[in-house]
Amino acid sequence: MFPKGTKRKFSDSGDEPAAGGEDVNQPSSVAVRMLSSYSLQRQSLLDMSLIKLQLCHMLVEPNLCRSVLIANTVRQIQEEMTQDGTWQIMTQALSAANAAAQCSADRLVATEVLCRQTEATQGEQVLKPFPAVGSEGCPAEEEVVVEGEGGVTMSTVSPQAPTSYLPGTFGMDPCWEEENGEDEEEDEDSEECGSGSEEGDSDRLVEDSRTAEQVFGTFEIKNPAPSPDPALEELFSDVDASYYDLDTVLTGMQSAPKMGPYDLLESLSSHGPSPLSSSTSCRSDLNELDHIMEIIVGS
Amino acid sequence: MAGVAGGNDFQWCFSQVKGAIDEDVAEADIISTVEFNHSGELLATGDKGGRVVIFQHEQECKNRPNLRGEYNVYSTFQSHEPEFDYLKSLEIEEKINKIRWLPQQNSAHFLLSTNDKTIKLWKIGERDKRAEGYNLKDEDGRLRDPFRITSLRVPVLMPMDLMVEASPRRVFANAHTYHINSISVNSDHQTYLSADDLRINLWHLEITDRSFNIVDIKPANMEELTEVITAAECHPNQCNVFVYSSSKGTIRLCDMRTAALCDSHTKFFEEPEDPSSRSFFSEIISSISDVKFSHSGRYMMTRDYLSVKVWDLNMENRPVETYQVHEYLRSKLCSLYENDCIFDKFECCWNGSDSAIMTGSYNNFFRMFDRNTRKDITLEASRESSKPRATLKPRKVSTGGKRKKDEISVDSLDFNKKILHTAWHPKENVIAVAATNNLYIFQDKIN
Repeated sequence: MFPKGTKRKFSDSGDEPAAGGEDVNQPSSVAVRMLSSYSLQRQSLLDMSLIKLQLCHMLVEPNLCRSVLIANTVRQIQEEMTQDGTWQIMTQALSAANAAAQCSADRLVATEVLCRQTEATQGEQVLKPFPAVGSEGCPAEEEVVVEGEGGVTMSTVSPQAPTSYLPGTFGMDPCWEEENGEDEEEDEDSEECGSGSEEGDSDRLVEDSRTAEQVFGTFEIKNPAPSPDPALEELFSDVDASYYDLDTVLTGMQSAPKMGPYDLLESLSSHGPSPLSSSTSCRSDLNELDHIMEIIVGS
Repeated sequence: MAGVAGGNDFQWCFSQVKGAIDEDVAEADIISTVEFNHSGELLATGDKGGRVVIFQHEQECKNRPNLRGEYNVYSTFQSHEPEFDYLKSLEIEEKINKIRWLPQQNSAHFLLSTNDKTIKLWKIGERDKRAEGYNLKDEDGRLRDPFRITSLRVPVLMPMDLMVEASPRRVFANAHTYHINSISVNSDHQTYLSADDLRINLWHLEITDRSFNIVDIKPANMEELTEVITAAECHPNQCNVFVYSSSKGTIRLCDMRTAALCDSHTKFFEEPEDPSSRSFFSEIISSISDVKFSHSGRYMMTRDYLSVKVWDLNMENRPVETYQVHEYLRSKLCSLYENDCIFDKFECCWNGSDSAIMTGSYNNFFRMFDRNTRKDITLEASRESSKPRATLKPRKVSTGGKRKKDEISVDSLDFNKKILHTAWHPKENVIAVAATNNLYIFQDKIN
């Protein structure tokens, strides 16, 4: 992609471009906005891609070409985020459990705004190069004003804020490796075993992030925190990490996803990408349904 | 043949439309492949319901030489049925992915049709005579009592109403783990290749219980998979040469004489990436959805998401011609990624003389490019412009701020109306365009 250290310029309609790429601690407010906007866009793209990989038509084998292209996009984003140092920040931040649930809804909104923004800026590149985000330069919270046709204003959290459906430590977490292949009804609240080893894991992650196995290990979706958000809980409550091995994804061996959580997910994001509203019937195991009902009733 | 755009070139007129007019389109009626046979007399379509419909070109009226004959239904049959793979607990769709005609060798017609897993060879034959006067059975088929037969007679052939029968002659099954995306008949008329996402097999038309695997790009560890085969085709006159395209925008030409397994290519075609236009979607839009040799065999054409490229087989490092199909979509890639349209597989085709190429777009638009004059035209397949012999009006998509009259803005495009499959008559300026469940046939206006 972009070689490290190269000053990358961005052009905005009328705004003054930021001077340099290294010093982001005291940039103009525009630069800060554009930085986080790009990171947000990238994050949204990553989220979207991961959702696409999960939501395959379960009755028919998923399209291998599409899965491979999405997987390559995910890997590309991860590589860039690793270079930026954003990846490490994010994996560390996954242990910040409380923020997970709050920002998840915002991120879904971001996907919609991202695409609306894209439509508003005709002729512009979707994802522009931006100065690298310094590892210490991650502001806690910022307002991003998106000037689109609708004049949408949204407040976002920095990339520091984790999302519960982003891959966590990608198979390096020994706790998750144990869970591979085990019964899917195992309790997903594994943050007690996750937090301890996450520091070390994220270091190893940064080093190994470019290996193929590592990258495709990202398909193991983690739910590190007991999220009060019932929609997300339902979505991932019966996720068996082993289901997201690339091999199973690509050969369509996943169990059928449930329609219930996806309706909720769709309602959170008004953009509702088409795979979510797929009308193909999904076969569901009776046990899995019971499990979901327990969660719904329980929360 | 003259060019494709207006002036003293041909003008495209509506000829016919086949299919229901309903707003509610049944999924099974969606056309998934269109193919003329080698003479252009027959036009075959396959749909998502596994059916094949063949249209035949009527003889032209002698009274009205200006009017080309119409295509009427010749034969309809169910080629593939939905199946269930018990091992994987997955359905196998009956959708016809490709139809390829065999060159005609006798009075019957043969075609290959394939779904995701199984290829079938169909014989379409005509019967217009019936034998009457059998000795052992009555006219209604009942067996006669042998003791009652006192004399012998020779059965006589009597004319009957024309009956077109389609019968499956071969079934080539269980050779593909992944979804078949292409079939291509070899110029030796004895073999053909079938390609899925990771492998290409070579078959003999007479032998169904085995095939040769000639390309295998499956990695030992599936987690390392980053590239799949998207299309493959045999060379039109060199029976040892074929090409296959990939999801990374590359084309490999292989010579079957070099080795039994053609994993190493003879030629490798790839255009260097333009670093200034790189985005997260660059790889996806570079994925080649179709590859077609020219009739001459000297060029090949590839279709990726935004463009069509013509390659000279003697030059591997870049295409000789590039045509933008719908460049205005480049700023919409994120939305198109979200609604999955970015994964649409558009096909492309040559005209009979290789002077023009055609491909589809959204909003029921399709595009033609004249390689000699470098003119291009956008036309629409719609019911509104479907008056008999009405000339099609060129369409334009406005990209800038000001939208001229009769132009359509990018945001108004209907991305559900996509033209993925088009076909050009091998000898005449007649084209078939599949728009969801409707088949449009357009002809040039003979002056």
